[in-house]
Order: sequence, then structure tokens, then C-alpha cells
Amino acid sequence: MIRGFTSIVYKESIHVTRDPRSLFFMVIIPALQLTIFGYAIDLDVRNIPTVVYNLDGRAESRDLIDIFRNSDYFHIIDYVNSDEELQTAIVRGDAKVAVKIPPDYTDQLVRGGNTSIQVLIDGSDSTVAMQALNVANAIALRKSLAIVSNQLGNPARPPIEARPRVLFNPDMRTPNFMIPGLLAIVMQIVTMFLTAFAIVREKEQGTLEQLMVTPVSRLGLMLGKLVPFGIIGTVETTLVMCIMRFLFGVPIAGNLLVLAGFAMLFLFCALGFGLLISTLAQTQIQAIQFSVLIVMPSVLLSGFVFPQETMPLPIYIIGQFLPATYFVRILRGVILRGAGFAELWHQGVFLAIMGVLLITVSTARFRKTLA
Amino acid sequence: MSTPVISASALTRRFGDFTAVGDVSFEIEEGSIFGFLGPNGSGKSTVIRMLCGLLRPSGGSATVLGYDVVREGELVKRNIGYMSQQFSLYGDLTVEENLTFYARVYGLKRQAARDRIEEVVGIVGIDAYRKRQARQLSGGWRQRLALACALVHQPRLMFLDEPTAGIDPVARRALWNLLFDLSGRGITFFVTTHYMDEAERCSHVGYIYFSKLIVCGTPGELKQLPEVSPEGTVRVEVRCPRLPAAMRVLNTFEYVRDATIFADSLHALIETGAEDRLVTDLDAAGFGGAQTLVIPPTLEDVFVTLTRQRDEVRND
Repeated sequence: MIRGFTSIVYKESIHVTRDPRSLFFMVIIPALQLTIFGYAIDLDVRNIPTVVYNLDGRAESRDLIDIFRNSDYFHIIDYVNSDEELQTAIVRGDAKVAVKIPPDYTDQLVRGGNTSIQVLIDGSDSTVAMQALNVANAIALRKSLAIVSNQLGNPARPPIEARPRVLFNPDMRTPNFMIPGLLAIVMQIVTMFLTAFAIVREKEQGTLEQLMVTPVSRLGLMLGKLVPFGIIGTVETTLVMCIMRFLFGVPIAGNLLVLAGFAMLFLFCALGFGLLISTLAQTQIQAIQFSVLIVMPSVLLSGFVFPQETMPLPIYIIGQFLPATYFVRILRGVILRGAGFAELWHQGVFLAIMGVLLITVSTARFRKTLA
Repeated sequence: MSTPVISASALTRRFGDFTAVGDVSFEIEEGSIFGFLGPNGSGKSTVIRMLCGLLRPSGGSATVLGYDVVREGELVKRNIGYMSQQFSLYGDLTVEENLTFYARVYGLKRQAARDRIEEVVGIVGIDAYRKRQARQLSGGWRQRLALACALVHQPRLMFLDEPTAGIDPVARRALWNLLFDLSGRGITFFVTTHYMDEAERCSHVGYIYFSKLIVCGTPGELKQLPEVSPEGTVRVEVRCPRLPAAMRVLNTFEYVRDATIFADSLHALIETGAEDRLVTDLDAAGFGGAQTLVIPPTLEDVFVTLTRQRDEVRND
């Protein structure tokens, strides 16, 4: 029995409309967050500040430097004349990469001998370092190949050539990859907070005690609280998806209805988390602390930022218990790969199980008696 | 005699090592206004919460309107009205919306709810403030609204936990008149209070002290308790100047059992026939012109006397 359900919906709806400022924040803040983070999180590394220490200085060496510059990945900010200057530029953080060309560079090449250029990379930002490393290796390799084939007399083609074709996100734009994930995180945070606060506030104000001497059933109270916030969550999801599609230009390859269906399932889980928190916390401060406990892993372990494949097993397992993990997969599947229900249903099953579990546990934990 | 509306037997509630309510037994008859008194922290609210099904008793049992509070808590809740100590309506909802919400919570159908709301609005006289948000009401009106909300499902029994705490005397008087009016319509009340004048208005009174129910009965019965007015003693009101000093002197006379200041006079329990001696002794001590009047004990006398006796037992 869900006695009292409609009365709680009635009351909660009034609370929401009576406080337009909060309503505004509920809808606008997530949109704002997505916009700001969407621009901030960009893993495409271009124009890495670079210093060059060219001990050779002849045409061959200048040619190499041009290749670095023309790659777009390196932005040469300075030419230095000593090892100390080179060191200082990196330590000060002015440059992330330093290229040092030895004095006998041209001589060795002409003689057909072996030479090496030194590439110093600041590893403190691992993303930038990784990119710089790969590009520097590729440049050296390509240049070597050109020289070798020249020596062989004719412009020979390398025997094996990989011809990669990037599917689904051909330009490899970071926003296309990050924003669907961000959508999941933003939706979860807002919905969870709203729900948790709605009940904890009643505890603080003493109105919950009054409610507990009425015939309202536990499930009626819980579901009654969920409905208005579910509606707000839906509106907000739509808004945030519009921002993703039209502001960031992320194309949605899959079916919108499939997306909406899965989004509902995920909202259900987020609301469930909110309820669970409200049964654990006695004050709104505690509710915030519990929320952070769920938000942090959702951000770090769901595969939203870091790929789950590289995580140590125990941490990987924790990630598998987060609804965000499944929703991030679903979002990327539908939006980027055009996946449908057939490809993603098992991710949805988990969300459904998790949602029902959360609501059940919260309802069981929430007693209509004090202490 | 009709079956009691509330019947508690050996009701006990412990919180860890602390016993908040110990072995409390009483019965309340239909139609009475039962005043439940006791100092802060003596266990008043705990008893109410157990009777409303909010707290599980650690021992003993109780029935409310014939339902067992543990096994049939939900049935109890459906049939009683409850007003908690703090204001616990929704401040951002209007008077009308609060009432509508509670009407729906109790499952009233749309038309029935509308009719009943009109009725309770009329009873508590809050018609002028219907569209006002609850948080904008003054203390007295908030309590009336809370009462109206608790009345909306026509309960036969109402629990009011300190309904008059923190509201002004005029609003207090008005609220009590409302209670008498409702009592006349057949509703039984269980009211906790600190005010002695409110206790005097109740048809029955119980006094709880350090988790134990010390006395229970009509005010008249309590005033005739032998512990309060022992054989061979009489209670007199003494009017004289400089009351605090006079009380110290009075307590040195061997025929004075007890003396307490009450507003502008002293209440003293003395041996029968010692009234004239009291006046002359006071005169000799420098308190000339004292007047004495034999009076029946007030409820406050009853509670003060019983509390002192308990404290003496506790201290032994």
C-alpha cells in the first residue's frame, strides 16, 4: 500500500513552486556547470610550449625543428644557448618540452652514421607528457624512414602501413567523449541532493514527527517525494542534452527515445541514493557529507574521466557498483556509437536492479517510529 | 463505567541506561481533559510519543481507543490527533494548503475534505487568514492552525504536547476556551503543560516526576490527599510585608511544617489551631499586621508538597 502518496506529491509540488529561486537554481546550475566544465575539460593537447637548444645550427637541424613546429603539437617559445637555460625553462614551467640537437647532428647524417636528439619532457602533467612523447617519437621515426628510403636510392614505401580509421568520433574531439559522461555526473549530483535535502529538512524542522503520527505509509512518503524531483530531473536532463547537442555540437547518433528511457532509469537510481542518504543523515550538513561520499567515486571511478580498464581490480570492482558507470557507458553508446536497446539492455538491467534495491533499502531503513 | 480511552499499565521506556519513563500506569475516561504535568525532562513527551505509536515501550503495555500501541500502532495513528511540542506545519504552505494536505493524508475524499476544512476553519476561527502562509502567523494563530490540522479527520482523542508554551496570555486563554468547546463536542484531550492555572482547568490531572507518575486524579481528589494535608494540620495563607524574610522566620516555628511564597502571600502548612499563635509570633519577630486565612490547598501546593516528599525519599 502506498497510502498518502498523492497528498505528499501535492505538498511537495507546492514547496517547489513556492520557492522559485531554488527552482531556478535546480535547473540553471546544472546547465551552467555543464557549460563551464564542458569548456574546461579538454584533453586535446596542442601547442605545447617548447624550448630548443640547437648546437648544430645547420640546415639539416633547422629542418628538423621545422618538423616539430609544423606538427602543431609544439609551440617553440624560445631558443636557448646553454644547458642551464634549458633546465631553467623547464623547472620554471615556462616550457613543458625541451629539444636539444647535438653539434655533430648534420655530420652524422651525412656520414650515414647514428645520431640522437635529446627530448626532455616535463612529466608533471601526464596527459601533456604522454602526447609530447608520442609525437616526438613519431617525428624521429618518420624522419629516419625518409632518410633510409633516400639512401636506398628510390623513394621506397615502408612495407607495412597501418591505415587506422577512427569510427564514431572521427575527429577525436574531447567534448564528444567527455560531455556525455559529464551529463551523467551533473544529473546525479543535482537529483541526489534535492531528494536528500527534501527529507532531511523535514527532520530538522520537526515536521517529520508530525507526519509519522499520520497514516502516511513509508512507501507513500518516499515515492511522493520522488515524483516532483523526478519531474525536475527530467526537465533538467532535457535542458542539459540540448546544451550538449547545440552548444557543444555533439551529434546524437542513436535514438532519442532510447536515450530518454535509459535516462529515466538512471534518474531513478540517483533519486534512490538521495533517499538512502536522507535515512542516514540527521542534518543537512551530514547529508552533504554523505553525498560527497557518493559523488567522488562517481566522478573518478565511473570511467567518466579515467578509463576503467587500467584500474586495479579492487577499485575496478567498486566502480561496477556505481550507477554512473553504467549510465556513462549507455550515454557514450547511444550518443557516439548509435547503439540501441539491443546493444545496451544489460547495462539498463543493472540500473533497474540498483534503483529498486536503493528504494527498498531506504524504505526499510525509514521507520515510522523514532529511535 | 465505560471502557477507558487510554489505558497504560507499567509503561516503561529506557534510553540506554537512562529510564525516561518507569512503570507508569493510568486510565483516562472518555470526555475528560487530562492534564499531564511535570518538570522538563521528567518524561511527559516520552509518554505521549509511546501512546501515539511513535516510540516503542521498553516494557509494559498501553491501549489507546482500544488499540494496542505496539501491535496496532497504525490504527492508533489513524484515529488520534497529535500536536507536537514544536511548530510542525509547513511554513511555506498557506493555512488552507496545510489543511488540505492533512485532509488528504487522512484519506478524505475531495468533497468531504472541502466540507470538513470549512468546518474546522469555523471551529478555530482562522477564516481571515486562510490565504496566509503559515510562517507569517503569530504564535497563537499557529497553534490554532495546528489544532485545526489535527482535527481535520475528526479524531475522538487528541494529544497536545505543551500547546500553550511560548504564546501570549490572551491567546492562551482563547486556546483553552477552544479546548473546552471541543471537549463539549465529545473529544477527549491529553494535554501536557507547565502552567498550574491550566492544570486547575483540567478534569483530571497526572503529575510525573523523575520518570514516575506520582499522582493521578481529579484536582479535587488530589487536594484532599492525606500526604498533602495530613491529619491535624491546616493550610493558611499569610499576608505580611517582606515575604522572603518572613518565610525564613516562619520556617523556624516548630508548628510550621512547610512554607512557600505564592505571588503576594505565603502558603504555610501549620498545626490545627495555631493560626493566632502564628500572628503573634510574627509580630514579635518584627512582622506586624500579618493576616491569616485558612485555605484549601491549590494544585501547586499539592505538587510542591509531593515533590518535596519524593526528594526526601530520594535523598535518603
